[in-house]
Amino acid sequence: MDLENQKRVKDFADEFGAENLVVLVGAAEGEAAGLAAETVTAGDPTFAGPLTGVELGLTVYHVCEPELKEEFDEAVYDEQVGMMEMVLDVDDIVSEMSSIREQFCKYL
Amino acid sequence: MNSVIKGASYVLAHTPQMVVYNGTTQTTERVVNPESEYLKELESHLRSYEECVNYWPNQVYIGNAHPDELAEVEFPYYDKVKEGAERFGKYGEIMPENEFLLLVQTCDMFEVVKLDKEFVAATKEAFVSNPIITEAIAARVEEGVELSEIEHLVNEEHAEGLYIAGKLVGCVKRAHDIDVNLSAHVMHENMMSKATSVLALLYAVRNTGIDAGDIEYVIDCAEEACGDMNQRGGGNFAKAAAEVAGLMNATGSDSRGFCAGPSHALIEAAALVKSGAYKCVAVTAGGCTAKLGMNGKDHVKKGLPILEDCLAGFCVIIAENDGVSPEINLDILGRHTVGTGSAPQNVIGSLVADPLARVGLKITDIDKYSPEMQNPDITKPAGAGDVPLANYKMIAALAVKKGDLEKKDMPGFAAKHGLTGWAPTQGHIPSGVPYIGFAVEDIKAGKIKNAMIVGKGSLFLGRMTNLFDGVSFVIQANTGAEDNSGVSEEEVKGLIAKAMKDFAETLMAAE
Amino acid sequence: MAILDGKKVIIIGDRDGVPGPAIAECVKTAGGEVVFSSTECFV
Repeated sequence: MDLENQKRVKDFADEFGAENLVVLVGAAEGEAAGLAAETVTAGDPTFAGPLTGVELGLTVYHVCEPELKEEFDEAVYDEQVGMMEMVLDVDDIVSEMSSIREQFCKYL
Repeated sequence: MNSVIKGASYVLAHTPQMVVYNGTTQTTERVVNPESEYLKELESHLRSYEECVNYWPNQVYIGNAHPDELAEVEFPYYDKVKEGAERFGKYGEIMPENEFLLLVQTCDMFEVVKLDKEFVAATKEAFVSNPIITEAIAARVEEGVELSEIEHLVNEEHAEGLYIAGKLVGCVKRAHDIDVNLSAHVMHENMMSKATSVLALLYAVRNTGIDAGDIEYVIDCAEEACGDMNQRGGGNFAKAAAEVAGLMNATGSDSRGFCAGPSHALIEAAALVKSGAYKCVAVTAGGCTAKLGMNGKDHVKKGLPILEDCLAGFCVIIAENDGVSPEINLDILGRHTVGTGSAPQNVIGSLVADPLARVGLKITDIDKYSPEMQNPDITKPAGAGDVPLANYKMIAALAVKKGDLEKKDMPGFAAKHGLTGWAPTQGHIPSGVPYIGFAVEDIKAGKIKNAMIVGKGSLFLGRMTNLFDGVSFVIQANTGAEDNSGVSEEEVKGLIAKAMKDFAETLMAAE
Repeated sequence: MAILDGKKVIIIGDRDGVPGPAIAECVKTAGGEVVFSSTECFV
């Protein structure tokens, strides 16, 4: 994850409290989604950014995951994201994201 | 009449040392994590020049193989060798790093590039014997300086080192002691962009068979900015490169739009020629040192070579309709507007479906789409997926939504209307334009009747707007013979005669 | 229990996946407050 974005995530966790935050990612592939999720839960796996070694354990989802979709207005989701569902490998994304959540999320 | 595409050039400079010293992934890593495993392993993952030449996507880029042939190659590509691979191709070449450094020095007008005497002596013959290097450029090669002077400049004067196989052979000096926009870092970046653009211009002139003096205007559409502290993006890469390439009758300017820059510039060029403002316009861009090794961490982690080891350049020549060359049809222009938003379907809709619908065409009426032609060998291991394929899936999905395509035909859409990506991830370089050279040939050969070039840009990276951007245009077979939209000489004479007569009548009436 | 309602939401979009602003539009309909939205680019 971009270093500046890591810094912002860390600052928001300090400001609002990790339990009040939810991170949503829009990555194109399961692996990239998983890496982003890992960064905001277990710390930056590439050891490059401000979240290196910081276990925030934030709640994190990919925007295409079914339990999140349920909460969105259907028409808006369809207009904004609908077509990407046909392009992305949603199953792969879901399995990567749930695996990270099960291991590292502290506020589920 | 529509303006035409006379031809194009595509060039690469293999610069593995600049991956190490100038790519931002690596320079950032040295700041935040100087002892990292990645930096230790990096050099053992750099490709040799031969490996870079033998690489299938690179051979496609310089025109030694068609993208359709690449589609037949088993993925991934990095472990395959293109049989019969060569340094020179019909569109350009893959220049080795040592010769490229001499080209960079010949492009320097302010004595900021200094090369080691011995290095110059050892490299000069190979450089000047390259047929594309003009006598004027060869004459600009300097003898070089003592290595101790270069060491002093790098160690004491903040110069950026130039290396071959880990050995210091030269440097780019700062052009000002205080001005950050003329720092050695910025000068290095800009000189490399300029030099690759010069190489692209030289090949474009050769490939199209035009005279260098025919080019009246040059548009540079890369992503760098040159200027001093009082005008950071003042410009003008276009004219600077035209000077070295010997385009004596040209002026020019820089046009910017992130990765969408080339598509914007080509539409501007086509309009300039169609309007009659200029007869012949070159759209050119050099490469980007910052992006070298951009996804290197992922490549090294997965045991791949560093695949982002080349600076790239391209040039497209737009000229008056010659009755033969494929045309840019300015009646079919897609544009992502301020109001379009960033939903992927809106972006693709504005760039693909909307401009076609405005002239009564269906998505399937376009034979080939060239959106973002990034090489998936580079992007897939980095988690960005197969970018061209994702674009084709979206276009196909949109076509189904519009009723232009049966849902069952969706999986076949990419193979029929798409291309396999081969372009290096140099930002603006992969964005639509890599196919133009092939498109011109394929249209002339009757293999396809038209192609849509789609450029998209991530404007939000500049932190000035959150907006996305993009424009698109269609290339079609020459319609010159049947085009009568222009006004003939007789008609003009008739119009003038009528105007004079009307004027005389008003004068008489006034008396 | 709702995931987004009443929460502060950070969005890390992707240029070649789902961009930040598109995700933000969805979040607003689910009662989340977007405190930061960014779009990353790997190309």
